[in-house]
Amino acid sequence: MQPEWIWGLGGGLLIGLGAAVYLLGNGRIMGASGILGGLVDGSDRSLERLAFLAGVIGIPLLLRPLLLPEVQTHLTSNITVVIIAGLLVGLGTRIANGCTSGHGVCGISRFSLRGIVATIVYIMAGGITVALLRHVWGLI
Amino acid sequence: MRFLISLLAGALFGTGLLISGMTDTTKVQGWLDVFGQWDPTLAFVMGGAIVPMLVAWRLTANRRPLNGGYFPQKSAPDLGRRLIFGSVLFGMGWGLAGLCPGPALASLSYGGIGGFVFLIAMIAGMVAAPTLGAQLDRAANAA
Repeated sequence: MQPEWIWGLGGGLLIGLGAAVYLLGNGRIMGASGILGGLVDGSDRSLERLAFLAGVIGIPLLLRPLLLPEVQTHLTSNITVVIIAGLLVGLGTRIANGCTSGHGVCGISRFSLRGIVATIVYIMAGGITVALLRHVWGLI
Repeated sequence: MRFLISLLAGALFGTGLLISGMTDTTKVQGWLDVFGQWDPTLAFVMGGAIVPMLVAWRLTANRRPLNGGYFPQKSAPDLGRRLIFGSVLFGMGWGLAGLCPGPALASLSYGGIGGFVFLIAMIAGMVAAPTLGAQLDRAANAA
């Protein structure tokens, strides 16, 4: 097993390539929360959004058993935490109009002030959350 | 054609998320955990993802998308309370479980019941977001 940062870098390049294909091909910003959010609230229920979701969900479904069966999510088994976290992620990404892919990958690479500020804010909020829950209260 | 481009982009995104380790919540929480065993992987993923996009944004100059239409305009630098408040909520949820929207989708086939519950809760949050956002605007106008 190569060092994990190589897998991180390689995977990151593929993520960026996907975003580049989406931008240059369809003229759209590849943001996971925006694409899913548009389907959910009915603002854009186009087939191309469903095709994107099919790729995101379907390819790991097909590839993981063949290539990386050891990859797991290690998500907490505390279902209350899972529900609260999911609600916060759904609310926050739609109110801020972007997540790690849209504001992070697509925004920073465009030197968008909104993308850069959002990324700094959610990373700091995430860091403080982990610090409090893990090191102060010992909950996660 | 738009359909195929979307499918290809989603496939690349999903493959990248799978092999980068970003569907593993311990790696994401490890990156956020600056006071513990810090895991640098996410920085390599983010850096790697930005490189093709730097090139892509350059290529958009004086061109139009392959499938017609126009490239998205750069939005006005509106750093209003929606951006800040929303990003704080998102960051809290991200730290709490170690999942953001992309990896939550990519790991759906191997994330078990917990992964499904997270996705449903996230969708519920997305449904509720316009209401909370409107309240935020009213509070801003009242202030």
